Formats: sequence, C-alpha cells, structure tokens
Amino acid sequence: MQDHREIEQKVVQIIAEQLDKDPTQIRMESRFIEDLGADSLDVMQIVMNLEEAFGIQISEEDTEKIRTVGDAVQFIAQYMSRSASA
Amino acid sequence: MGLLEGKHGLVLGVANKWSIAWAIARAAAEQGARLMITYQNERFQKQVQSLADTLPDARTAPCDVADEAQLEALRQTVQATIGHLDFIVHSIAYAHKDDLEGPFYPVPKDRFMATLDISAYSLVAVVRTLLPLMEGRSGSVLTMTYIGSERVMPNYNVMGIAKAALEAIVRYLAHDLGPSGIRVNAISAGPIKTLAASGIGDFSRILEIYQTRSPLRRNVTQEDVARAAVFLLSDMASAITGTVLYVDAGFHIMGV
Ligand SMILES: NC(=O)c1ccc[n+]([C@@H]2O[C@H](COP(=O)([O-])OP(=O)(O)OC[C@H]3O[C@@H](n4cnc5c(N)ncnc54)[C@H](O)[C@@H]3O)[C@@H](O)[C@H]2O)c1
Repeated sequence: MQDHREIEQKVVQIIAEQLDKDPTQIRMESRFIEDLGADSLDVMQIVMNLEEAFGIQISEEDTEKIRTVGDAVQFIAQYMSRSASA
Repeated sequence: MGLLEGKHGLVLGVANKWSIAWAIARAAAEQGARLMITYQNERFQKQVQSLADTLPDARTAPCDVADEAQLEALRQTVQATIGHLDFIVHSIAYAHKDDLEGPFYPVPKDRFMATLDISAYSLVAVVRTLLPLMEGRSGSVLTMTYIGSERVMPNYNVMGIAKAALEAIVRYLAHDLGPSGIRVNAISAGPIKTLAASGIGDFSRILEIYQTRSPLRRNVTQEDVARAAVFLLSDMASAITGTVLYVDAGFHIMGV
C-alpha cells in the first residue's frame, strides 16, 4: 500500500510527462485544463496512465469529477484504501 | 529470419502506446518489416514520432483519411521514401461520443455519415490511392473490426453499422484485388482499453463480461491482436483472403 506522498509524487510525474512540464510547476490545486493547459486528449491519456500505474479503473463519471491534480490524488488514495480493506 | 523480412508496410491508426496499430507496428518491425507509420494530425505528431523512434527503421507522415488530398500526399511520401508497399494496416475508427451510448436511432445524419466515412469508406480510399505502390507484389491489407457488426452490443450503436460495412468492404476488395495477388482481411478483436474504446459507454463492464464468459476466461491484449496481424500480413497466410479472423478469446462462439 502506497502512502499519500508516494501517490502524489507518481501522479505529478505522470502529469508532468504528459504535459511536458517541470514537476515543480504542478501543484495540488492546479486545474488540468485552465491552469495546466491540458486538452481533452491530454486528460484522457493522463487518466489511462494513472489507471495503468496504479492498477485501478477510473470511470468516465469519475473522470468528469477530477478537475485538479489534488482531485486525482484524492481519488486514487480513496480507491486504494477501499480495495485494500475489501 | 523474421516473418516479414524485406517487406515494406504502411500502418495507419497509431495514436499512442495503447493503440492496437502500435502493437502491430512493433510486432511487424520485430519480424523485419520496414514501416511508414501515419498520424491523424499535428496533435498526435510528437507522441507518434517518439514511439516510431523506438523502432529500428520506421518513418512517420501525417494523414487524415477523410481528406483525399492528404492520402495522395501520403502516396507520394511513401513512394519517395520506402518506395513500394507489401502490406497496409488500417486501424482507424471514429464516432461521436454521444452516439456511443443509449439507443442507436437518434444518431443524426451528419454524424452517421462521418462515422461511416472514417470507419468504413476510408479503407476503400486508402487502398485505391495506394494500390499503385502494391502492384506486382503479393500484398496484404488488414483492417480492424468488432463483433458489434453482427450482433447487438449495447452502446456500440452506429459503430456496429460502420463495422458491418467495413467487413463487407473487405469481401468486395478481396474479390477485386485477388487477381492481382493482393489479400484483404480483417481481425475482429475482443475489447481492449484504448483511446477509441474509452468513448464507448460501460466499457469496463464489457471487459468484465469477456473475462468471465469467454472460453479462455480472459481479455485479449494488443499483443494478442498483433501476433494474428503478423500472421495475416505474412506469406504464412498466402491463401487467406476476404476473411474475418476472431482474436477474442473465443467469445464469438458463445450464446450466453
Ligand atoms: N479497442 C477495442 O476494444 C477494439 C476492438 C475491436 C476493434 N477495434 C478497432 O481497432 C481499431 C483501432 O482502434 P484502437 O482501439 O487501437 O484505438 P485508438 O484510439 O488507439 O486508434 C484509433 C485511431 O484512429 C485514428 N483516426 C480517427 N479518425 C481519423 C482520421 N480522420 N484520419 C486518420 N486517423 C484517424 C486515431 O488517430 C487513432 O489513431 C479501430 O478500427 C477500432 O474500431 C478496437
């Protein structure tokens, strides 16, 4: 089970790679589209990379709710604690 | 010696590392093929180029298949670079997201036409334009389909109609091109999580159904499809044309 910090780092790394940004430019409150300049293809590819990296499923409904980097971290942490206790 | 040693191939439909076309490109290159890989537009250029760079001898070129001028430009680029073609992989489909959920019949005419244009007619346009580069060789053309063409797969909708047209196109092309020694086939793949698939409503549930109900009790991977693709592109499949080969863990034989 990964702790919150590890999840955060991995998420930031994945986003930085997809958007060609320096990881230091990415904050938890950054919004994908408005702040980080992502388009819908970027968002979909980030989601697919997150699913692969964490071995999770992110439904379309969930994707729509994930607007900031912090939302993604939160979602993954919750998902992992749910499947760990299941 | 590789199964595709000395062969020149064109691969249309790589968007990213999850694309079925990318797995086919990798497997074909491994078997010795020299490739031209196309991307839909500039938005995909960088990511497709960086994938192609990992192969020993692959080039890239833009090609939106809706635009005949771009197809003609592609023909010229292929001719000027790798010269001729022994095979073409067509791994392209498009439907508006709103048409991939709920009932089928509300689909408006313009979106119906666009789906048929990109997902079915484009195979005709691609083959017709590039045919001169295949003449005199025992060529192989391959496209990708899904069982939603024959059975009702909820949410697949207008794409199922396009795939039915695509499979019929495969048969008519096989008949037309047979005398020139060119084979035309399709692979009907089981569901795989890709960019195109993520637009389909309830896709994770479909994956679960295949996992539990298919004879092999598993989902298929891009690599499963790529291995069958290499076979159909190679001389191992020398008398196979006009067919749809299921790479779906056997799901198509099931009633319930
Ligand atoms: N993933 C599956 O579950 C599955 C199952 C059976 C069949 N298929 C078929 O496999 C093929 C490849 O899809 P995929 O799953 O690898 O997804 P994908 O999103 O990786 O590939 C679809 C490709 O079509 C291209 N494309 C769309 N419109 C285009 C246009 N106008 N001009 C040029 N290119 C265009 C996209 O750029 C993309 O590369 C499609 O025909 C799809 O229907 C997929």
